[in-house]
Amino acid sequence: MVVRNDAEKCCYCGGCVGSCPVQALELKDGRIVVDVEKCTSCGNCVKICPVAAMELEK
Amino acid sequence: MQEFDVIIVGAGPAGLRAADRLARAKLRVLCVDKKQEIGVPKRCAEGLGLGWFKRLGLKPDPKWAVQEIRGAALYAPSGKVVEMRFPETNGFVLERRVFEKELARQASENGALIKTKADAFEFERSGGRVNVKVREGSEVVEYSARLIFACDGVETLTARRLGVNTTMPLADYDSGYQYEMANIDFENSDLINIFFGLEIAPRGYLWIFPKGKHQANVGIGIGGTSEKTAKYYLDKFIESQPGLKKGSIIEVNCGCVPVGGFLDDMTADNLLIAGDAAHQVNPIHGGGIGLAMEGADIASGVAIRAFEENDFSHDFLKQYNDLWYEARGNKLKAVLKKRRMFENLQDKDFETLAANISGEDVMKLSAGDLVEAAKVVTKKLMKSPGLVKVMLKYLK
Repeated sequence: MVVRNDAEKCCYCGGCVGSCPVQALELKDGRIVVDVEKCTSCGNCVKICPVAAMELEK
Repeated sequence: MQEFDVIIVGAGPAGLRAADRLARAKLRVLCVDKKQEIGVPKRCAEGLGLGWFKRLGLKPDPKWAVQEIRGAALYAPSGKVVEMRFPETNGFVLERRVFEKELARQASENGALIKTKADAFEFERSGGRVNVKVREGSEVVEYSARLIFACDGVETLTARRLGVNTTMPLADYDSGYQYEMANIDFENSDLINIFFGLEIAPRGYLWIFPKGKHQANVGIGIGGTSEKTAKYYLDKFIESQPGLKKGSIIEVNCGCVPVGGFLDDMTADNLLIAGDAAHQVNPIHGGGIGLAMEGADIASGVAIRAFEENDFSHDFLKQYNDLWYEARGNKLKAVLKKRRMFENLQDKDFETLAANISGEDVMKLSAGDLVEAAKVVTKKLMKSPGLVKVMLKYLK
């Protein structure tokens, strides 16, 4: 299970990047990039996102 | 490899202020920002109190200080309002894209080199310097510097890549969402308007920061652990207000604000951190423009001394922590304690507050100091034991 970014909802504010405890996220070239190796599915990015653009993918 | 004295990552208020200060001291400065345009997109309601203009030596220019503010109107959930209107201007709402370009112009004219769409993505300490790889379009360019300033916002990867983990528990962030709206009607276009209530903005507040009589930043900040999104609450509020509902959304902003505490150590070998990256944000209202620029001033002072002494070690740079806490951090720590009180207020407490205090009460207090204001409010509310209990717990 990892997080997925919904590019249509995302405003690219980087809030998820800031709240990620393991540096699994990066705002790069105007996109949110998820490092699936690092992601622990903690859900921080899902909760902090102001527009529900991060989802835990089963 | 091109050499600089200092490379600043992030061209916001902190990074651009540092660029200017360091360039004036004749240091060779490169300031890079991964964004395509300075000041855009904002993650900010754009308010700046008059005190900051004085402290930072800024002159309000109508090009970017677009709306004079006389005070604040605080709304309880029922709509009852406490107005604080000062006879003189006590702040401005800014147009940040213009403000920050002005900061960039000044820094640039003083000798700093600024690059946008330039993403500093790899840092390596080597022989007393830091080698930095920067993606500039399709090219990767390498630079080196003695000092790195991490001014790359709440999500700072620069600080983390250089060994300082800035991440806090989720509860210590606010989730923010905002529309800049046009053709809207609202009360008090000379005040910042703040709305409280658990159904309106749980563990936070909603705001209307005017930019003219019919244009404003309409936004919200709520606790980072809230189940529903900031967008949900803001849309719900706008739907309930005919004066807002009829308007146009001319900009969508969003962001996450570090409101829960400060970094004990904002330094490492060859590294200084300032602005949102260092959590230099007022924990009650979430404002950070002035604090970021002040933080950059203090960090720049330390950097300039580091070049005089030729010492870029953590041991030398860590004096920045003491200087910042002495100048600002200790006061903000006290504010943080008071924040815990506001987090525990229920809707009925907001109503009791609004019914019992007047704007004059609050204005009598020294220049809008929230801590002092809270103390006086407590005294007036001895009739409301439940509320006083909550307040006393946090107002020792």
